Amino acid sequence: MSTWHDYLKEEGHVPDWPYPIRFDHEQEIDTDVLVIGGGIAGCWAAISAVRQGLSVALVEKGDTIRSGAGGPGCDHWCNAPANPLSNVDPDEWAQHMADRPYCNGTGIQIQCREDWDTLLEMEQMGGKIRDTDDEYVGAKGRDDKTKLMISPRYTRIHSYLPDADTGKAPDPDEKLNNVVIRVWGTTFKPALKKECKRLGVKIFDRVMVTSLLTETGVQGARIIGATGLNNRTGEFMIFKSKSAVLATAGAGSIWMISTELGGYSNMMSRTITGDGTVMAWNAGAELTKMESTGVLRIATGYKHKWYSGAGDASYENVPIVDANGKVLPYPIQGWVDAGAMVPSPEVEEAIRKGILSGEYALPFYGDFPAMPEVERNATWKLMLGEESTTKIIMDTFNAAGYDQSRDLLQSYKFIEGNSLSQWREAGYGGGLLVDWNLKTSLDGLYAAGTQMFSPEDHSYAAATGRYAGRKAAAYAREIGEPKISREQVEREKARVYAPVKRSSGLEWKELHAGIARVMQYYVSEFKTESLLNMGLNALRKIEEESVPLLFALDPHKLMRSLEDVSLLTYAQIIIHASLARKASSVPLNFQRIDYPTLDPPEWRKFLTIKLENGKVKTGELPPTFWGNMKNQYEAHNKDYTGVYREK
Amino acid sequence: MSQEKVIAIPNITTPNNPVIFNPDICNGCNHCVEVCQIDVYIPHPEKGKPPIILHPEECWYCGCCANDCPHPGAITFNWPLQQRGYWKNKATGEIHQI
Ligand code: SF4
Ligand code: SF4
Repeated sequence: MSTWHDYLKEEGHVPDWPYPIRFDHEQEIDTDVLVIGGGIAGCWAAISAVRQGLSVALVEKGDTIRSGAGGPGCDHWCNAPANPLSNVDPDEWAQHMADRPYCNGTGIQIQCREDWDTLLEMEQMGGKIRDTDDEYVGAKGRDDKTKLMISPRYTRIHSYLPDADTGKAPDPDEKLNNVVIRVWGTTFKPALKKECKRLGVKIFDRVMVTSLLTETGVQGARIIGATGLNNRTGEFMIFKSKSAVLATAGAGSIWMISTELGGYSNMMSRTITGDGTVMAWNAGAELTKMESTGVLRIATGYKHKWYSGAGDASYENVPIVDANGKVLPYPIQGWVDAGAMVPSPEVEEAIRKGILSGEYALPFYGDFPAMPEVERNATWKLMLGEESTTKIIMDTFNAAGYDQSRDLLQSYKFIEGNSLSQWREAGYGGGLLVDWNLKTSLDGLYAAGTQMFSPEDHSYAAATGRYAGRKAAAYAREIGEPKISREQVEREKARVYAPVKRSSGLEWKELHAGIARVMQYYVSEFKTESLLNMGLNALRKIEEESVPLLFALDPHKLMRSLEDVSLLTYAQIIIHASLARKASSVPLNFQRIDYPTLDPPEWRKFLTIKLENGKVKTGELPPTFWGNMKNQYEAHNKDYTGVYREK
Repeated sequence: MSQEKVIAIPNITTPNNPVIFNPDICNGCNHCVEVCQIDVYIPHPEKGKPPIILHPEECWYCGCCANDCPHPGAITFNWPLQQRGYWKNKATGEIHQI
């Protein structure tokens, strides 16, 4: 057996820490471009920067091979309107996608122009993007010539909801957009890591970046590197760089943590703790949309782990039936409903009523056997089998005897209920403000993927990572050698190691749960000036009284402690931003009881927030501050050479 | 009664076993240790033995460890009891659980 207590019983002692302990030791790395975060965005940033002939260091908290939200896999490339089967113009499609309120027009334009190029490069690197083994011949959306597989997602509209004008699912026989491509995403991350290595990117796995270094150590100055902690050895890392790309994750579990299911508190990995946003904030970078939150998505550890938005087994073309086989009017993100997967409130209510009146018998099931074989395989084996974290679910079911051609898969949508409204998530909404070079408000600092405000899917991470990498490289080529402030390094070192100097006090999970409770009480669906201020005061009290008690027994727990200190700051930023927005908003999922008017025209704007000389400063930007997307993109990318041609 | 020695040990964090290793097949290559973005495992001090599950409560059930193990059968996923999904045979109506 392999549990810790088995080992203890067998050996009579606990295992020693398996890695050499190097607390207080320093390692200095000098590089042209520093990429922070080794997910899909970070790998692509590193690859595109190293191809410019510069030295690149990539720093990753886990191991680049499977790290990040797309590490286990990804099932769709969501927005590739430049692909050869597309029926839309990439610039028009980008404009259409950017019609959604509070989205990021810059990122969407980049994605729409360059996403198909990222896929072709992925293919060169060894990732699989076509049905080369002819497994899905005859599936709808498969093109026999290119062997690309178009997904029913977004087939006519950009949202998951039925057509906004008619309230009905669009006519499936109309011309389809063909912008979403089904991919073999489990092959992607290993291919990206291999390519990074082949091109000479220096990879630092198991290193958590803890802070950004600024010129002369001053807030708001040019970014010239970062400090890091090796989370296995405890070694302190100092990266000196001419430019940096921030490609880290969002903040996953601010409102909710189960201390016994710490990795399972929501859909996202334990590692998603907003470190990047917080280090940029501390360095003086401008953020936006930080007030936007949503209700925590399913898979909280109290729920069944499955998809967030979809009605469990409804994913792509799978009919949902009740316990007697009656088909439910639930959208199934299929060809029949043009990719819609979230029911309208009316449909949701009708199903609820039907359950109570006995019209629909619980539990519900995904009727895989009712599907044509090739469509069933495309959903089960390709889409779910290649998606982040669902492959293991499929495999476990099949190993236990489930046969998708014979058996109905139970759905948990209605029997598990919804998340409580005070269990919220920062969502993937707030983030760094970027310009048309994906440069942040700080010189030398670029952002990609989830670090930018209003990020989108894996393919967006790829396109923006690749773009930020080439822009950061161009800057590094022009700029002089930086000089690191020793004083700034010493300050950070003292902060980082403080918890290992103690062996009792408060552990990371208790800190995390304490922060979550404050957020549930004071920053939930009920928001008022006084509640928000109570929240801010409660978090400040935690910062002053509890953080100094944090203890960590080894480098791993030290990393977790530092992550939760990041979350504490992240939570405070959310409150500052929430105080600044004195209006309620549907698209921001933001309700102020003291300012109940929904989306008044004078509040249809982005609020920005940053630290200046240690003080919170807010500002505002118009809703489409990025300007004309097509013109701006072209003006900033005259030298774009398209797909990298392998030598 | 077993004569086994009883030790004083804190309550065990649960769920405690995201995976089950088969020591007869696992050769202790530690590939699963490397692909885990969480560091749920540490290598066993004795070379060739399956890793030790050190941080089971941090597992996010991504499946990478089991998906990427080069030795089939060495590592099996073990969903927490409360997370085990159900299915129904469409023809017979029989209910099963993983
Ligand atoms: S379970 Fe598989 S990957 Fe892990 S150590 Fe054993 S053989 Fe290697
Ligand atoms: S399922 Fe994922 S998080 Fe859990 S031990 Fe395996 S690799 Fe690590």
